[in-house]
Amino acid sequence: MGGGLSNGKSIGDVVLDLQDISLAFGGVRALQGVTFDVREHEIRAIIGPNGAGKSSMLNVINGVYHPQQGTVSYLGAKRHDVNTHEAAVQGIARTFQNIALFKGMSVLDNIMTGRNLRMKSGLLAQAFRLPSAEREELQHREAVEQVIDFLEIQAYRKTPVGRLPYGLQKRVDLARALAMEPKLLLLDEPMAGMNVEEKQDMCRFILDVNDQFGTTIVLIEHDMGVVMDISDRVIVLDYGRKIGDGTPEQVRGNQAVIDAYLGVSH
Amino acid sequence: MLYRENGQFKTSYRADQQMLPILQDRMFMGLLLAFVFVGAPFVFSDYFFLSILIPFLILSLAALGLNLLVGYCGQISIGHAAFMSVGAYAAYNLVLRVPQLNFLVVLVLAGLIAALVGLLFGIPSLRIRGLYLAVATLAAQFFMDWTFARVKWFTNYASSGSVSTATIDLFGFPINSPVRKYLFLAAVVTVFAVLAKNLVRSHLGRAWMAMRDMDVAAEVIGIRPVYAKLTAFGVSSFYVGVAGALWGFVHLGSWEPLAFNITLSLNLLFMIIIGGMGSILGSFFGAFFIVALPILLNRAPDWLGIDMSTAMVSHLESMIFGALIIFFLIVEPQGLARLWAIGKEKLRLWPFPH
Repeated sequence: MGGGLSNGKSIGDVVLDLQDISLAFGGVRALQGVTFDVREHEIRAIIGPNGAGKSSMLNVINGVYHPQQGTVSYLGAKRHDVNTHEAAVQGIARTFQNIALFKGMSVLDNIMTGRNLRMKSGLLAQAFRLPSAEREELQHREAVEQVIDFLEIQAYRKTPVGRLPYGLQKRVDLARALAMEPKLLLLDEPMAGMNVEEKQDMCRFILDVNDQFGTTIVLIEHDMGVVMDISDRVIVLDYGRKIGDGTPEQVRGNQAVIDAYLGVSH
Repeated sequence: MLYRENGQFKTSYRADQQMLPILQDRMFMGLLLAFVFVGAPFVFSDYFFLSILIPFLILSLAALGLNLLVGYCGQISIGHAAFMSVGAYAAYNLVLRVPQLNFLVVLVLAGLIAALVGLLFGIPSLRIRGLYLAVATLAAQFFMDWTFARVKWFTNYASSGSVSTATIDLFGFPINSPVRKYLFLAAVVTVFAVLAKNLVRSHLGRAWMAMRDMDVAAEVIGIRPVYAKLTAFGVSSFYVGVAGALWGFVHLGSWEPLAFNITLSLNLLFMIIIGGMGSILGSFFGAFFIVALPILLNRAPDWLGIDMSTAMVSHLESMIFGALIIFFLIVEPQGLARLWAIGKEKLRLWPFPH
């Protein structure tokens, strides 16, 4: 891991630019002409009521869904329809709304899978545990240990993830994504179902990741307090359309957003 | 008291990542291997080698291979006896047609041929999963049964359809006595078990387990499903193919296609279910349970000096065997390996409750 921003962070160029994205499943139009961009080093929040298309948006970004319309530009180049593997190769990592950890594996092994993309030793080298394979394994173990230290989960290294409480599982999910050393980190409701203390911890980790590694973060979150506090810019979706975009202050004052959240009297 | 890891501090990741990080485990494994290779030949009778240990070792290897696929990668197969038969007939034909090959080379080649066939039948796994995949792998079973019964070239046009093998000769050292067969098998199985253990604790093994536990998340972090699933099918079939070749050459000596029918496939599955899915050790427990227990039960009245008719003994054997399977599955659905792990955890604290 590297990067030396710390504190005085400077928002950089646009790294991800989505133009006029439309996505439909049969008759259900999940996204309709959504346009927005994400700048380097920023924390970009996507908010909106249930079914607004927030998760679909993340799925478009990391190649799970392919939009029928619109273009995605990533790192300055227009991107063809990638699959999830290609997106991972391009440095896009994500966490999941409902935890998607590998239940049968230890915390350490779960996080080690985040390094799989970078591990190159072949089948026979692994089977015979040749010195090269062993070296590679140790080298990546060290990188993983840094993530473990960073997220303060040293005590649970060897524990099967299924035995951990919910809040810690969320943290392991984040650790696995961080182990990929992503350029762009997508967080799907990282604080859902947490108590206040766990939320505070998670906020601190997200801010630290952004700060120390300079990772660009796109997050979906329902807790408005959290969103307003930690994000640099916010996009608001409702029924698959963008209804607001700007700094937290701008969005807070936006009448369309207030209507979407509180409802309008008829 | 004896089984404590207190004071065994790891000062490097290398020490932490070794195969058996706990000193007592290493000592136990050392003693076990010493017994297997040095003690056992003096202790057991020829009968014990031929009817229990030899089939146990070979089927352990086959169960281990199946476990890599089903237990580690989560892809179910009920056609694995077919890949055993591929290994066996491949070895038969290699020995027949290229007699100058060393038997170890024959084993590896037979495994590779089985791996190729396994890869082919693993392709449906890229599209379907679970029970549907199980049905697709059943095709392998029927296809191979048919092939070896009907395509006469594989059986060298033997009129009865059965083939027989000559004694294995290893560097001028014939593998002909029960003890020699046993030692040869023990060596082969030990090597393959170590290789399997190495695989499952490296990144390929983690990719397999990730596919098993949550395939969507695995894809998102950059694990290619095609690669993970097909390597699992390939490696698994390789193991099973080697086991098939050994089953034919060392255990059976002569066999017909029926020797590798679906009953054997199902038995392999039972072994890993009872032994423990996703556990190398469990494959051995399961194989021992399925292979040795009926025989031990059958011989028990004799050893205990109880006079009983053979019909009575065989009925009792089936009843007790069935009851034990049910008992173990109720006590620990995750298999004997899990019981072993729980026992070890308890032993770490003993004599204190927690």
